[in-house]
Amino acid sequence: YDVVVSGGGMVGSAMAAALGHDIHFHDKKIALLEAGPRKEYDPVPDSYSNRVSSISPGSATLLSSFGAWDHVCSLRLKPFRRMQVWDACSEAMIVFEKDDLDDMGYIVENDVIMSALTKQLDAVADRVEVFYGSRAVGYTWPLPSHSCDTSPWVQIELADGRRLQTKLLIGADGHNSVVRKEAEIKNIEHWYDQSAVVATLHLSEATDNNVAWQRFLPTGPIALLPLSDTASSLVWSTSHEHASELLAMDEESFVDSINSAFWSNVNHSDFIDTAGAMFRSAISLLKPSGTAVRQLPPSIAKVDPESRAMFPLGMGHATEYVQHRVALIGDAAHRVHPLAGQGVNLGFGDIACLAHHLSAAAFNGSDLGSLKHLLKFETERQRHNVSLIAATDVLKRLYSTSLAPLVLLRTWGLQATNALPPVKVRI
Amino acid sequence: QLSLFRLTMKRLFSTSYSSVDSKEMKKFQLLAHKWWDEEGEYSALHSMNDIRVPFIRDTLLNMSSNYHLGNPLSGVKILDVGCGGGLLSEPLGRLGASVTGIDPLEDNIRTADQHKSFDPVLAKRIQYRSSSLEEIVEECMETFDVIVASEVVEHVADLETFIKCCSQVLKPEGSLFITTINKTQLSYVLGIVVAEKILGIVPEGTHEWEKFVPPEELQGLLESNGFSVKTVNGMLYNCLSGSWSWMESTSVNYAMHAVKSGAQGQSSSTDALSEMASEQSSATAGTAM
Repeated sequence: YDVVVSGGGMVGSAMAAALGHDIHFHDKKIALLEAGPRKEYDPVPDSYSNRVSSISPGSATLLSSFGAWDHVCSLRLKPFRRMQVWDACSEAMIVFEKDDLDDMGYIVENDVIMSALTKQLDAVADRVEVFYGSRAVGYTWPLPSHSCDTSPWVQIELADGRRLQTKLLIGADGHNSVVRKEAEIKNIEHWYDQSAVVATLHLSEATDNNVAWQRFLPTGPIALLPLSDTASSLVWSTSHEHASELLAMDEESFVDSINSAFWSNVNHSDFIDTAGAMFRSAISLLKPSGTAVRQLPPSIAKVDPESRAMFPLGMGHATEYVQHRVALIGDAAHRVHPLAGQGVNLGFGDIACLAHHLSAAAFNGSDLGSLKHLLKFETERQRHNVSLIAATDVLKRLYSTSLAPLVLLRTWGLQATNALPPVKVRI
Repeated sequence: QLSLFRLTMKRLFSTSYSSVDSKEMKKFQLLAHKWWDEEGEYSALHSMNDIRVPFIRDTLLNMSSNYHLGNPLSGVKILDVGCGGGLLSEPLGRLGASVTGIDPLEDNIRTADQHKSFDPVLAKRIQYRSSSLEEIVEECMETFDVIVASEVVEHVADLETFIKCCSQVLKPEGSLFITTINKTQLSYVLGIVVAEKILGIVPEGTHEWEKFVPPEELQGLLESNGFSVKTVNGMLYNCLSGSWSWMESTSVNYAMHAVKSGAQGQSSSTDALSEMASEQSSATAGTAM
């Protein structure tokens, strides 16, 4: 095989599909290894899945470059135009909105994305061979110097005893990546004291549900992502204990907790409110349009039974993304807190970059596993990813406290950022 | 008639047996196993692929009208003269060409054969032979669409003979690609003093300034032997980044693309002779192949 992608999640499947549809890979052989079964949605079930992702326009462009976005659009997705982020401890708020009324992003169920990717993989089945229900149990790495008689390629042994050999192994096997561990690439990781609770919620009344809401509570951010005019998805990052409580309580209490989390002002203190108000009047003197009215998110009426789930959160970053004949993408290379909604978008960004470099290398007749172009991919992506991962981590820590000085700092910071268009555009 | 043909061929070559210089061969013998170490003695040649492969590929694509981007050189028969360990043959093979790589040094061919054997696709597309250019002329008259002689002409003993042989094995309108080093003060300083003695980019003693070929001389030789020179480009090696790039000036390294004329009725006698020879030998070539 020319390329083997280990891990058939959203990122792994998209990588295989991107290469399979690339014209310079017309004669190449690609394999995708996935431990789970084949997933396809046909037709879309009535209820929404509780795992959703916020897809950026850039990711949508990547998916449409090999025809998967059309499938997503024909299945189910919800574009959103506005994002309001605010603090529980003060009135500070920031609103993101595109001037030209374009979509800021899309909320798509992960299963929908997988289904679209599976369809596009089928379309290039002559180039991409998908091994469902298979797992790699052993890797043999090539020795660096090329004077020996043993094969200079990567050997992979599957659980069922089959052996594959490939010029390039791409690890897309998640934050507990086996490829990364076997390649002995060091990983900087850190478990947050938080778990995320997800659920599918039904709104009290139908509305033009095109805003994404996120409020920073002292225990962690709670986010409401629109799925349709009557339903939204919940992502609530909070302490492990609170998360277990939320899962255990009855549906009515659960809905009440959500509503009060968004609506109550119990964490405000007069001091902070006054300081915040002062700062806001100062800004409106300098920049009249710099403050906006805080809107309230829609209220929740009920939760989909069986849709509540929780999973622990952590952060991770691999010190190297590449080695001779190996590359890591997606969560295998980096893992972030969901508060910025960027996790899978970083993975799609990795794919766009790696596919670009591999395509050029193929058109030059180069050996696909050669470090020369793999290092270019690593440099480009590390430069981009490290700042975003660090910023997400800082934000998470900054908003995890209700200590007055830090609240004041972030209140003023948020208000200032809201008033400065250049900074907002960059974000 | 056949004996007359053989006599004329012998007379053409009686001045020098071959264009292979035995001193040069000894130099490369020692490094026959180092070809495929990307960071080793031949790293500059590995990174040269980044500009010479696109140069060859794009020139050929521009000249042809039907090709498939996924397999751009499919159906093209290329002769890689002085292929060494196959550094250039392999990328050309991956782009779809049928490559024949020849090198007078058996150890080089052995290394090249072993390296291609791991890739089933390449193993079929590339054939290596330990041979000099002259030795294959008889059986390969007008066989190849393209000849590539990269970093070779500065090592040959008799350049004119070399070019004549290239012309004979090349089909009419076929392309000849040469990359080599210019004979200037700058090329002495950069190519020998800096590259060999100071920075060790090239193993010491690899090049002799006396044998460097100025582009004007190469062009002259090509044009008086039935070629029309289409492109000359200067190349520059950045030793800090280890990468090559194109440059206006040809004062150090350069690449040249020439096309063998396909037109009949050239007045030079060598051409008339090769015309006759090709008519006679295309029959034998048909049966030999």
